[in-house]
Amino acid sequence: MNAVSFRNPIFAGIVALLLVILAAATFSIVPETKQAVILRFGQPIRTVNAWQPNTAFGQTGAGLIARIPFVDRIVWIDKRVQDLELDNTLVLSTDQLRLEVDAYARYRIVDPRKMRNAVGSEDRIPDQLRPILGSALRNELGKRRFVELLSPERSELMDNIQKGLQRVASQYGVEIVDVRIKQANLPVGLPLESALKRMSSARQQEAITIRAEGQKQAQIVRAQADADSAKIYAESFGKDADFYDFYRAMQSYRHTFGADGGPAPEGSTSIILSPNNSYLREFEGRGR
Amino acid sequence: MTIFSRWFRRPDILATETPKGPWGGSGDDGNPGPRNPWALPPGGRKPAAKPTALDEFLRKARGSGGGGGGNGGFGGLPSGANARALWAIGVAIIAVVWILFTSVHQIGPQQRGVVTYFGKYAGTLDPGVRLTMPAPIADVTVVDVQKIRTDNFPVGEGENLTLTGDQNIIDLAYSVRWDIADPRDYVFQLAEPNATVRAAAESAMRAVVATTTLDQAIGTGRTVIEQRVAEMTQQILNDYKSGVRIQGVAIKQAAAPARIVEDFNAVTAAQQEAIANLNQSRSYAQQVVARAQGEAASFDKVYEQYRLAPEVTRRRMYYETMEAVLAKSDKTIVETPGGVVPYLPLSNAKRLPNPEAVQSTPAPAAAAAAPQSGAAQ
Repeated sequence: MNAVSFRNPIFAGIVALLLVILAAATFSIVPETKQAVILRFGQPIRTVNAWQPNTAFGQTGAGLIARIPFVDRIVWIDKRVQDLELDNTLVLSTDQLRLEVDAYARYRIVDPRKMRNAVGSEDRIPDQLRPILGSALRNELGKRRFVELLSPERSELMDNIQKGLQRVASQYGVEIVDVRIKQANLPVGLPLESALKRMSSARQQEAITIRAEGQKQAQIVRAQADADSAKIYAESFGKDADFYDFYRAMQSYRHTFGADGGPAPEGSTSIILSPNNSYLREFEGRGR
Repeated sequence: MTIFSRWFRRPDILATETPKGPWGGSGDDGNPGPRNPWALPPGGRKPAAKPTALDEFLRKARGSGGGGGGNGGFGGLPSGANARALWAIGVAIIAVVWILFTSVHQIGPQQRGVVTYFGKYAGTLDPGVRLTMPAPIADVTVVDVQKIRTDNFPVGEGENLTLTGDQNIIDLAYSVRWDIADPRDYVFQLAEPNATVRAAAESAMRAVVATTTLDQAIGTGRTVIEQRVAEMTQQILNDYKSGVRIQGVAIKQAAAPARIVEDFNAVTAAQQEAIANLNQSRSYAQQVVARAQGEAASFDKVYEQYRLAPEVTRRRMYYETMEAVLAKSDKTIVETPGGVVPYLPLSNAKRLPNPEAVQSTPAPAAAAAAPQSGAAQ
């Protein structure tokens, strides 16, 4: 490079550009979210920023790396936790009830080189793991009764499923972070309809029971009131049965003949009195 | 960051692009491909002013430089000492602007900035105006940590049928609110943080509902369910080191499926009916007892008087009653010792059988009362 050539800005620009291209082909930035496998003539020679448990961000292998340009090739593999969704797996419980299960797994590629040798590319991992997860689900859930599938004691079950999936995933350099059931539903159609029918008949039954129970309570209250009032009457009137008879008769006459200030009786009254009547005793004067 | 790793990996694209000189205007030529490092980053100050200034410079330079003959096919490019100064100025301006735009970061009060130096995490920026190394050395991902994000289940309208522990089915609608507790984890740990929050929340909700009964779920147990789901979701997300904080779970609706909701309403109706029935019986009871108490009290009062002077009181009451009664009715007195056969013009065949005469001395003889329905006297 002589000084003359640098006078020409075009030349300077081209040199600068070449330098930039060279730098770009030599240095690469490995972000925290990616692992890099470096291939030399197609053979993996080393891994950068491979996942290590319990490493804080900032202490990982992320950062600037250098390689031999145009000889070394970098393959990028995601370092983050990946999703695996599995929808609508039909499960038959031991008591022959069907359940439609949506599950998911979360996994992480922890051995990028192993992963590359086993499946070639990370895009193919879900397709490899999904059937395994499905069969693990069916196997484990199919060993239980329907009620147990819903029960909170699912954790052991999920652990078994996760172990089953992990056995396969380990061959791909993948670690299963978690397996969970997202949904468990009765399949649309007969299972769902019969469950709904059962629910509605239970409710109808309940309504009938509540009504009957209410009537019973009301009857008891009424009867108790009748008994209470009878007791009150007896306590009061029992003091002198004879006088009560007289007193009540008087009340009754007044009521019957419309003399108690209440509404007038419906029928009119004609009374035929014999002079022997107690009321008319004094009518004819003394001395009878 | 991503931009740089992209064009570092794809130098061929760079090679095909003609380099833009400092007079070449901005990098904003609508090309969404990799950005040229000499161009201004998008979002920067509009560089439209600078090229015009430069053009003037260049025009002057050309005027003094006399045609610029030694420049091959590139007529119009400056050369000579003057031109070299211009080059230096141009490059310097670009460099300064570049450094300014990529190393000064305005972080809002609700934001945090996750900084990486050559891809390696190098700290988190707090709100304010912060300085970092310029790109491509440093890269800042700005994350809003205060915004509460809300996920609704189910998405849109429709039923979200959920099995309860007693093998019943409820229709459940709920929402989960969350924000970002740790921007670093949120940015680095999960490939799909938002989808993960959703999946974890749904899994937790169904697991919790599967441990409750139907009546708890549609009735009193909601608050407990909400709390347990929030805790469980948080636990799951912590296991993933997601950097997400669950703010709360709210059940918007927990009811019987629409198809059988009538049967549930029937139960409510029956409950109302039972309560009404019971209330009626209670008011009846109060009435009956009150009446008994009233009558008993009045009898007691009269009886107290009666005991003081039994005979007199009895006569008095008798006469008073008779007065009142007889004053209201038609009276006929038949005075025959032998007893006449009375002819009573009874209007119709309504005859009462003769009541037995009560043989109580003080009591008045029973008077034959012949009801005459509606006959005029």
